[in-house]
Amino acid sequence: MKQSKRFFMIPYFIWIGLFVIAPLVLILYQSLTNTQHQFTLQNYATYGTSTTYLHMSLNSLWYAFLITAITLLISYPAAYFLSKLKHQQLWLLLIILPTWINLLLKAYAFIGLLSRTGSVNQFLTFVGIGPQQLLFSDASFLLVATYIEIPFMILPIYNAIVELNPALINASRDLGATNWQTFRRVIFPLTISGVKAGVQAVFIPSLSLFMLTRLIGGNRVITLGTAIEEHFMTTMNWGMGSTIGVVLIVMMFIIMALTNDRRKKRREVNDDEEN
Amino acid sequence: MKKMSVLITVILAFCALLFLGSRQLSRQSGATSSANTLSLYNWGDYIDPALIKKFERETGYHVQYETFDSNEAMFTKIKQGGTAYDLTIPSDYMIEKMKKANLLLPIDHRQLSNYHYLDSHFLNQSFDRGNRYSVPYFWGTLGIIYNDKFVKADEMQHWSDLWQPKWRDQLMLVDSARDILGMALVEQGHSMNTTNSKTLIAAQQKLNQLSGNVKAIVADEIKTYMIQEEAPLAVTWSGEASEMLDQNSHLHYVVPSEGSNAWYDNMVIPKTAKHKKAAYAFINFMLDPHDAAQNAEYVGYATPNKKAMTYLPAKIRNDQQFYPPLSTIKHLQVYQDLGASKVEEYNDLFLKFKMYRQ
Repeated sequence: MKQSKRFFMIPYFIWIGLFVIAPLVLILYQSLTNTQHQFTLQNYATYGTSTTYLHMSLNSLWYAFLITAITLLISYPAAYFLSKLKHQQLWLLLIILPTWINLLLKAYAFIGLLSRTGSVNQFLTFVGIGPQQLLFSDASFLLVATYIEIPFMILPIYNAIVELNPALINASRDLGATNWQTFRRVIFPLTISGVKAGVQAVFIPSLSLFMLTRLIGGNRVITLGTAIEEHFMTTMNWGMGSTIGVVLIVMMFIIMALTNDRRKKRREVNDDEEN
Repeated sequence: MKKMSVLITVILAFCALLFLGSRQLSRQSGATSSANTLSLYNWGDYIDPALIKKFERETGYHVQYETFDSNEAMFTKIKQGGTAYDLTIPSDYMIEKMKKANLLLPIDHRQLSNYHYLDSHFLNQSFDRGNRYSVPYFWGTLGIIYNDKFVKADEMQHWSDLWQPKWRDQLMLVDSARDILGMALVEQGHSMNTTNSKTLIAAQQKLNQLSGNVKAIVADEIKTYMIQEEAPLAVTWSGEASEMLDQNSHLHYVVPSEGSNAWYDNMVIPKTAKHKKAAYAFINFMLDPHDAAQNAEYVGYATPNKKAMTYLPAKIRNDQQFYPPLSTIKHLQVYQDLGASKVEEYNDLFLKFKMYRQ
């Protein structure tokens, strides 16, 4: 029995080895070489001492934070009301639907909407505000990034809310808690796992959104993704590009650790109780 | 479960059908490699298709046409091998790079009876002295595009005009480190191939002053934006410009007389060539003044073929936007391959400029 179990694990290990471990090792290896293929720590020194790269990392973190915060603010209430609706499956489908469309197509659609002669500006002219510069601004970048990430935040939160036992809410009300208290003390803590999963699913990809920074941000929004693209496509300095890649991976691990930790502890506690 | 297996069967059957269909189609078009083929690797939409037909009719060679969208992609594909391209059309700096990487075959000028039609101004450039490896196909410039609804012609003749505070948030730049830093270098009276770090830093600081006028730094999208009048001003290449001018009559293109970049797309025979005779036949065909003129009219880029100019309609021939006067041509500079570390220095400075906000 155990033998056959191990046998069926082989494709899984091959997959993980080839497509997860090997690329990570290659990136790490590349980051430790210079353009002459010599072993060096120079790339990391360059990264650490360059105000450009540090500033860019700060930018990446800041924009990723903003995108995550805005999506969370919209998604939590949305997921909550969604769980109260009648035709939930239909509404869910409508939320998932945009994720089936290619990211690039969505970006181009937004260019059409936000451009000087686009529908949004036509509307603004119609109501008498007059055309505004919408494209190539921080606001438009945040808007489009948020739009793209929202389904990934709503789904885990929705799942967490649906799993919530309604008896707990009733109990809280019976015991005299106000709506706000019920939310703060019962609903939110019990759905925090969904929020954390959503934050992971949104924050991590937001760190390196590079297509949007160019198409919507007009390269006036610069994040680490831009630098990686430049090093791989233009300067052909794969070492430096990989170094920034490693920095991004480290950032992601930090986010994972921050958002995973407590949930694990709680699960252990739960396990103990059940045992 | 049953539904699932039906679905899978349908998808697989559909795939098989498409595969057979596409094979049938490619067999009909005769895309089999034989002695009579010319494998042409070119930029997308960079030749009049009627000329390919004409070439096939006149010489009996069958043309297999494949396209690329960047010099770098083309370079990687040829360098990795496994391809058998007989002819490709890289830009100047890439020709120098391919030469250094030993990817090109020397060209025997005696086999090209139409070679003498080329204008000597466009021969013997720094990237390929004596044109030992390459034959000019098209050439062009870097310049300013403006919309006459918002900008008057006499306001926009020189690079320095872009720095006027009047154009706040009005300018689009092409996302290319060499071109944009090069523009600042020329504005300050330096060479576009400057390697002196101090001069480069000064050019970047000059660019920072432009930052307030810059609306966006984008690539191919410039074309759409300028046609839709999203911005009244842009810096980009003449090839892109000619396409924009076709679609919006308010747009005009200027090559500043104090100097700018001249770029070349030249025909080369890569090491992978299997049908050299066909490649020579094609180069010679494209050098024929009538064919070169027809091609220039279709593509809209400037031909380096002196005789072909006489066959072009006067409207195109005398268009100073794309065939600038000799006084301007004299000041045009061709990019040299500056080596990896300088390329990186240019790009790092450009990145700094992109991050600078006024």
